[in-house]
Amino acid sequence: MKTFRIIKDRPAGFFAEFEKRPAPLRHNMHYCPGCGHGVLHKIVAEALTDFDIKDRTTFISPVGCAVFGYYYMDCFGISTPHGRAPAVATGLSRAHRDSVVISYQGDGDLAAIGFNEFIHTVNRGENLCYIFVNNAIYGMTGGQMAPTTLVGQKTSTTPHGRCASEDGIPFRVAEIVASQPNPVYVERVALSTPKEIMKARAAIRKAIKNTMERKGLSFVEVLSPCPVGLKKDAAGISKFIDEEMTKIFPLGKLKDVAAERVPVEHPVPVYDREKVRAALFPQENGAEETESSGKKLREDVYNESEIFEKERRIKVAGAGGQGVLSLAYIIAHMARLRNFNVTYLPTYGPEMRGGTADCSVVASRREIASPIVDSNANMLIVLNQPSLDKYLPQLKPTGVIVYDSSSVTLPEIGENQVAYGVPAAQLAVGLGSTRYGNSLILGALAKMMEELFLTPKDTKDFSDVVEAALRECFADKPKIIAPNLEAFRLGKENAFRAETIKTPK
Amino acid sequence: MKKRYFPKIRNDECKGCERCVIACPKGVLALGKALNVMGLPHVFVADEAACTGCSLCFYTCPEPGAISIIEEKEED
Repeated sequence: MKTFRIIKDRPAGFFAEFEKRPAPLRHNMHYCPGCGHGVLHKIVAEALTDFDIKDRTTFISPVGCAVFGYYYMDCFGISTPHGRAPAVATGLSRAHRDSVVISYQGDGDLAAIGFNEFIHTVNRGENLCYIFVNNAIYGMTGGQMAPTTLVGQKTSTTPHGRCASEDGIPFRVAEIVASQPNPVYVERVALSTPKEIMKARAAIRKAIKNTMERKGLSFVEVLSPCPVGLKKDAAGISKFIDEEMTKIFPLGKLKDVAAERVPVEHPVPVYDREKVRAALFPQENGAEETESSGKKLREDVYNESEIFEKERRIKVAGAGGQGVLSLAYIIAHMARLRNFNVTYLPTYGPEMRGGTADCSVVASRREIASPIVDSNANMLIVLNQPSLDKYLPQLKPTGVIVYDSSSVTLPEIGENQVAYGVPAAQLAVGLGSTRYGNSLILGALAKMMEELFLTPKDTKDFSDVVEAALRECFADKPKIIAPNLEAFRLGKENAFRAETIKTPK
Repeated sequence: MKKRYFPKIRNDECKGCERCVIACPKGVLALGKALNVMGLPHVFVADEAACTGCSLCFYTCPEPGAISIIEEKEED
């Protein structure tokens, strides 16, 4: 009697059918004939089922030919921006402690554009299985020179062969990784002859095992055939790998200290909504702003004044060190405390002090499309002359200016524009520190709002919310809350509506 | 009890790269002239009796399921 048994077949680590591939080709991959990716995918897919880790593995596809890795691997998959696989892999492996993250990158992705992120991931020794596919060329984009291209090798960007003095020499990533203390396992393998393929299989399985045991970063560099990119046939490309590539990229184990290492541990991530909130906003602790009372708050303090109906776009500008950003931050907090959607977008020069600083704040009852205020601003708060000159053109014809009258001379403004001033810097010196300037400006802002826009009900509420925002923003410096509240009151007292020269329409 | 092995080629999944032809130490496989659904020539089993079931062709093949290895047992 004859019995038949299939001993090797399509690994179950692959999807049974590749649904994203065009029919009728739903059983094979998009790679060119003879491509090393297929061989590697098969080794990985086989390991996924052999180790029974399909349900906890994430296969991170790079940008490159393997970008569609998630079409094939029957596990979780993420396709990352070019070179950014290490960042995504780090986040994943830390957030999901039991996951097995396989980062799969090519030489263009890892050794060129993404090397910076990669080398720091190596340095941190994240618990990852790293597969680096080195085929000495940019395959997907049409055979350009890669960092790993051999000297003398002809590519579409080195038509006369890579020149060592012009283009540098092949980049040896495995050696760099092995030289670092944190990685636990580094090996270079090749996909040329069956013997080398079996070694590659053993290395990749070992790397996956290490990751399952949380030993740290295991790195396998794979010299992979790209017969189409290098314009060779199957025999020629294997010969190229065995005889030319291995001269520059010697095969073998460069480091294996996995046995000595204890499992990598990171702080346990917290997913509890309330705990995250408490950690992010400690000043809210004890306050009644839970989710249920949040709704109540929304109905209770819904501002009646017409001004709050539409999106309000505010630009705050001045010199670095004047408190521009904290002023904008307080305004953003005021909006948040009254349940507006709010964005806060600071921009500042490279200088800590003395450079320019400006900040866009948008508050709206609806969704905010753009956090950038570069035209049609409703309000411009300026703390120095250059800022006013620069940003005045961005103010709406019906906009409002709030300015520091001790340092700013108001130019001609539009017919329907209004300006409120307060000698903030001057008064702040009187209070003991120029740092109180921004609270004085808030006083002017409050006066302007009361006189022009607020209903009686909202008038009191506005001062309350300024106080609440100040308390919140300075929660870690309780000593300066009282002087800032005093400055706010003083600013409100001393603010004035500027008599301005109007430009006729 | 006699055991023998033979490879099975799924013609429409083979891209004819010839990696398996080179890899097989016994010369079991060869590239044919007929074209498959992709319009590519595919490998065929030229000398089934020589197969030892070493599976090197399976591991060198870049396609997931183009080659399967089958074991045949004959009990007396």
